[in-house]
Amino acid sequence: MGELRLMKGNEAVAEAAIRAGCDGYFGYPITPQSEVMEYLMAERPHERTGMVVLQAESEVAAINMLYGGAGTGKMVMTSSSSPGISLMQEGLSYMAGAELPAVVVNIVRGGPGLGTIQPSQADYFQAVKGGGHGDYKLIVLAPASVQEMCDHTKLGFDLAFKYRNPVMILSDGAIGQMMEKVVLFDPIPRRSNEELIKQNPWAATGKQKNREHIIITSLDLDPAGQERVNLKLQAKYREIEKNEVMYETLGCEDAEYVFVAFGLSARICQKSMDLARAKGIKVGLFRPITLFPFPVKPIHNLGKKVKGMLVVEMNAGQMIEDVRLSVGCNIKIEHYGRFGGIIPTPDEVVLALETQIIGG
Amino acid sequence: MEETFVKTDIRKDENIVYKRTDLLVDRPLSYCPGCGHGVVHRMLMETLEEMDIQDKTIGVSPVGCSVLAYDFMNIDMLGAAHGRAPALATAIKRLWPDKFVFTYQGDGDLAAIGTAETIHACNRGENFTIIFINNGIYGMTGGQMAPTTLPGMRSSTSPYGRDVQTMGHPLKITELIANLPGVYYVTRQAVHTPSHVRKTKKAIRKALEQQKENKGVAFIEVVSNCNSGWKMTPVQSNKWMEENMFPFYPLGDIKVDGKLVEKKEVVVKE
Repeated sequence: MGELRLMKGNEAVAEAAIRAGCDGYFGYPITPQSEVMEYLMAERPHERTGMVVLQAESEVAAINMLYGGAGTGKMVMTSSSSPGISLMQEGLSYMAGAELPAVVVNIVRGGPGLGTIQPSQADYFQAVKGGGHGDYKLIVLAPASVQEMCDHTKLGFDLAFKYRNPVMILSDGAIGQMMEKVVLFDPIPRRSNEELIKQNPWAATGKQKNREHIIITSLDLDPAGQERVNLKLQAKYREIEKNEVMYETLGCEDAEYVFVAFGLSARICQKSMDLARAKGIKVGLFRPITLFPFPVKPIHNLGKKVKGMLVVEMNAGQMIEDVRLSVGCNIKIEHYGRFGGIIPTPDEVVLALETQIIGG
Repeated sequence: MEETFVKTDIRKDENIVYKRTDLLVDRPLSYCPGCGHGVVHRMLMETLEEMDIQDKTIGVSPVGCSVLAYDFMNIDMLGAAHGRAPALATAIKRLWPDKFVFTYQGDGDLAAIGTAETIHACNRGENFTIIFINNGIYGMTGGQMAPTTLPGMRSSTSPYGRDVQTMGHPLKITELIANLPGVYYVTRQAVHTPSHVRKTKKAIRKALEQQKENKGVAFIEVVSNCNSGWKMTPVQSNKWMEENMFPFYPLGDIKVDGKLVEKKEVVVKE
């Protein structure tokens, strides 16, 4: 079995990257995620596995270093927090367009603008709906614990290479900073260059005599060609929607009401569930783990069984749009959120359920 | 009239003195007739062929006129976002230290939007080659003012000439980066005459050879014409380049083997 450790979420991401066989990390300091690079630099992963760690001059440079590394088939990642992730949107769009695999970790803080350094979930739209220019999707994972920070890093690389698509881990400042026990998976050796070339024949690794030269680009000036690129991407996204939906339910079997929440909000809602059930309110919890692909069908089916849903988010109401689209218009679906770095308490969530859904 | 010239087919193996390198893809270039890009492409590809490193080379193309360089160069390449080529090349070289890595960039790409990536890659002493084509204008987008546009020079966004009081001075980024310790070799060349072409090719060879030694950035600026953007014939543009661009961007080595080349102060009238 894996090794048990007490770690910060940010540290778990870093350790998981080394263990997953990541080839390169490129990042730029920003609170509340700087521990990722600090941990990596202290660990000397180049000595442990040969992994390259480089502090870039900006998030713009970091994401384009990812583009470079990913274009040659290497397993690369970066991490940042909201304002830095905004700077990376151009690069993410290029990577999605060129179909490059990479893991990008967003330890979300409150915005807009420089905002605050406290936890938030206000980057849901940016992560799930595209963020940069053009029709593209990131695969978005929403960990709710330090254990999942570790596991999703590994899963992120698997999905990124399976679909040749950037994966975003949408976490927040609390999960990044808090310490929990985590069971680390056993290290996976980094791929050799020969293995890499064999597994990723699309990658630019130096032109061999027996094949055409490889071009990594998101450019196709011919509209018909660019439409074909888009159709191919859309087909891939439909495939991802079919295969990769992940979610968790708690107490939904007998529930009359449900909380729908991801990440840290879902942790809070677990406590709110206990408090509400102690009062005799039959409430469950639905936690999307993949935000794209969104668990449309499971939420739709749940919507047929319950009287109402309270979508709890640390933002002004973003995921609620996807919940409403999933369910339709049959039941009451309301949003409860705190923003700007404020984390809702379990009590106020129960109060919101009572006033907005049950009594509303 | 009596025929004085008899046509004979001279295309025989024994007569071939020059042929296109196979490292240039056999397709028409997208560049305007008279432009220097094609010549630099050829010199670069010939050098890779002579060094026999086609399979060991990964190139990065920019956004600008040479955005499609990857269509013409028969090697594995990545097309970067505007200005970011040195960031891509940084990661590629670090992750594949045995490969030969180069970026091919224009002046808008390298010296305006990509200034940070250029300076920091140079300052870190990344072990790749930068080939920088400076024609003092944004060619692809239709002749707008570039960071390298000369004082008084007309462009579509400086239609009355570049006024340095309001539009800033042209940026000599090559001299700037030559002062960074991470940069090992800096030279400024041209490709408008055969002798200049030969010198440029030599510089490319020197730059690529240095990658074997891990000494840091090799940076080759090629001052080139943009006859379309400058609204001149190719011949006029080359003359204009000699008379106006070269005094401001003097040709020659700027840094060799990690040492700045001593030069007399050149006073340029604006």
